[in-house]
Amino acid sequence: MARTHAARGHPDVCDRLRNDCVGSVPAATVIAPDARATRAPAPPPHPFNRWIQPMFDALGDRLEAIFSSLRRGGKLTDEQVNATLREIRLALLEADVNFKVVKAFVSRIRDRAVGAEVHEALNPAQQVIKIVHEELIEILGGMAAPLDLGSRSPAAIMLAGLQGSGKTTAAGKLATLLRKQGRQPLLVACDLQRPAAVEQLRVLGERAGVPVFAPAESGDPVPVARQAMDEARRLGASVVIVDTAGRTNVDEVLMAQATDIKAAVDPAETLFVIDAMIGQEAVTVAKAFQEAVDFTGVILAKLDGDARGGAALSVAEVTGRPIKYASVGEQLEDFEAFHPDRMAGRILGMGDVLTLIEKAEDVYTEQQAKDMESKLVAAEFTLEDFLEQFQQLKKMGPLQGLLGMLPGVGRQLKDLDLDERELVRVEAIIQSMTPEERRKPAILNGKRKKRVARGSGRSAQEVNQLLRSFEQMRGMMKQLGGAKGMKALRGMGDLDLDALAAGGGLPTGVPGMPGIGGLPSGLGAQGGAVPAGGRPRGKTVPKRKRKKQKNRKGKRR
Amino acid sequence: MDVVILALVLGVLVAVVFVALLRVRRHPPPLDEQTAEQLADRAPTLDVPGTDAETPAGAPQVAEGAPSVAMPPPAKLSPAERFRTRLGRARSGLGDALASILRGRLDDDAWEELEDSLIAADVGVEATLELVAGLRERVRAEHIRGGPEALALLKEILRLELGVADRSLRWRDDGTTVWLITGVNGTGKTTSIGKIAARETAAGRTVVLAAADTFRAAAADQLERWGERASARVVRQESGADPAAVAFDGWSAASSSGADLLMVDTAGRLQNKRALMDELGKVERVLDREAGHVDEVLLVLDATTGQNGLSQASAFAEAVDVSGVVLTKLDSTAKGGIVIAIQRQLGIPVKLVGLGEDIDDLATFDPDAFVDALFAQATQDVSIEQPTATEDR
Repeated sequence: MARTHAARGHPDVCDRLRNDCVGSVPAATVIAPDARATRAPAPPPHPFNRWIQPMFDALGDRLEAIFSSLRRGGKLTDEQVNATLREIRLALLEADVNFKVVKAFVSRIRDRAVGAEVHEALNPAQQVIKIVHEELIEILGGMAAPLDLGSRSPAAIMLAGLQGSGKTTAAGKLATLLRKQGRQPLLVACDLQRPAAVEQLRVLGERAGVPVFAPAESGDPVPVARQAMDEARRLGASVVIVDTAGRTNVDEVLMAQATDIKAAVDPAETLFVIDAMIGQEAVTVAKAFQEAVDFTGVILAKLDGDARGGAALSVAEVTGRPIKYASVGEQLEDFEAFHPDRMAGRILGMGDVLTLIEKAEDVYTEQQAKDMESKLVAAEFTLEDFLEQFQQLKKMGPLQGLLGMLPGVGRQLKDLDLDERELVRVEAIIQSMTPEERRKPAILNGKRKKRVARGSGRSAQEVNQLLRSFEQMRGMMKQLGGAKGMKALRGMGDLDLDALAAGGGLPTGVPGMPGIGGLPSGLGAQGGAVPAGGRPRGKTVPKRKRKKQKNRKGKRR
Repeated sequence: MDVVILALVLGVLVAVVFVALLRVRRHPPPLDEQTAEQLADRAPTLDVPGTDAETPAGAPQVAEGAPSVAMPPPAKLSPAERFRTRLGRARSGLGDALASILRGRLDDDAWEELEDSLIAADVGVEATLELVAGLRERVRAEHIRGGPEALALLKEILRLELGVADRSLRWRDDGTTVWLITGVNGTGKTTSIGKIAARETAAGRTVVLAAADTFRAAAADQLERWGERASARVVRQESGADPAAVAFDGWSAASSSGADLLMVDTAGRLQNKRALMDELGKVERVLDREAGHVDEVLLVLDATTGQNGLSQASAFAEAVDVSGVVLTKLDSTAKGGIVIAIQRQLGIPVKLVGLGEDIDDLATFDPDAFVDALFAQATQDVSIEQPTATEDR
């Protein structure tokens, strides 16, 4: 692991690297040994360690270590701020945020953290994370920025970006989305560079049910762009989506061509498509494209990978342009509006609780949830409930994706190697039981088990295994339900993303299942500290902040 | 609302805990079996290094020489020269980048610049810390005072480190050599295959390409265009077909026609998609079974990729027997420093580099040129003005 290794080997250098974000603050040297001590010890071996261990990478957990001695209140000291900033710096660099952006960002956080804003009733970790989170959201554009197509019809949208960033796919997805919103898009193939790019767009257009204007396979794309607007008028299309060839920022000829295409279609929106996996080069590339086509927004592609996507921050900071869409899967529908708050959480390794909640709301009614809760508390959780729970979960999408949204659990869980088919098998076994058996698994004798095994196409062994695991799990749930856990969980109306990460709840909670009490303590620790209603969806930006944003925008231009 | 969250957190936990429990029980046997199988499969690969070492040594030479013989020599640069000149495009001037170092003093600024230049090249925090710490030790031990000398030493360390790897491509003595090309979406797999095919056909080999990317729209068409340009035969099936079946067809066509090389193009896949990685494993298994073993599994990596490159390499190496990296788009300003971490941690060397979209923009990896380019224009010419503006507020 990065941190332990570096710390073990070469304390002076890593300290220096970590320190440079806090400049010549004398306190820094004093803390260094501390910081090392907090990162050195590895948690004791545990059967779950294989997939738990990497979770400690999450920033929330790192900060947790720094602040563990100060859980019960207290204000931020200079030392703590410095130690924290070092961790933030490393976390951002590991998330591929450009190092210059990191420096600027960290110094800004520092100003805020040691300033007046810390005098709130939060614990130190929460304070810092809150500041970082807010600042990240602000750079990322504050609120989800909608597409602004103006009043002209047809309005044009031009896509530009490096090779392989996902422009053509994004064009198809954007067309699908706009069509769903009731517009009539026209796709225009201006990538005459890459072999078969035109064909690819044609196929995508066909799948999306959107016409494709592709008069040429090769040659100069500028005339194609020009004709496209006439074609759109002829077809009565309201939006023209222009796909362009990928180009490197150093290729002057192609960059000039992009400028020409832009001039030809005069787009209402020019969207810069960037791969979420891009590294430090993001700033250079974004700057070059801003100069050439002065894009109005950004599409972050391949966000369904396990990259933290720090580039999003770099691009937003350096260009001041909002990220408008995120591409999150292989299907045409896997394209959604970009949510700065969620991205901030992802960059910090804080999970994406909000999206998770939204998905949950789609499939759970309040009554269902309440029933489940009472059953859990009373330890009346049966195989039937379990089956139901499973089926609800399935509706929410792939399990792996859901896990990725849990704070701290995140991307590391890919090692858990979740096989969705396993869920299907479990379901099949339970469904092969009679209702009575599901309620009282104890009555399953050898003969019944054999029947269930036959019915589900699994072996009797697997049936046994399932029953054992179920019992074990019920035991855990009982512990969770009985103990302080439930009480704290019920107080989760106060759930705040910041607190969630600051508490470091899940990661520390999950490893020792009995110790899952750690989950609630982290989640519920807030009490009344953080104002309720931590869901930023629909939350308006406080006046103070809004003004600040305006200022920033103004300065940028 | 709180109830929803509760149900949700619990629901996910229930499922996770449950699957984890099942897994803890079930895991040992399948894992062992698989490992054993893999080990058994890979044994032959390790057994033939003798022949391997000889053939590739000749092969790249033939390939490198061939284009310059076949085409008008004055206009064309050799691939190695092109590697250097293309990398040069990304440079703005060494002087600006490492100012303090080149001023000659090894102060804190100088060390910081060194670290920044490595981080800016996407080498990564961990590798950077280790490299610079190692350098500091040597500087101390060898009483080096000057910045330029320290920089030269760091370059030397990197060169040596990168230099130990075997970058030759594995060929069979007789029969059809099989290379499998993999990578995440948009790194340039199909384009790289086109370029490699062109290089090999120019060297007088017969090449068959299998379009096992049956997912992306028109991927097979794209490969077909490249096949035409490179005069290589392309084997394809309809869109949505089983990639392993296409690979099988490719092998049948290549081996029965006595082709020298079969390259199998695969669909781009993000490394965290379990099912897709399994699918890739199947393609390799089918090829292993039919063709003896896959001679090279090349991971195509975009030079602009950041720290995620390491995650890509390790996930692909887990799914298939990755033997080398093709580092593409090195003609941009990107440095591709992540390959240093990949070689350090996973022992997978860069074998080829892509330098543009033309058919001959492909070269063997040159550690010297690569290391030089790492430190060029280290500090990007991008000013971050906003923070000061905010602070002034």
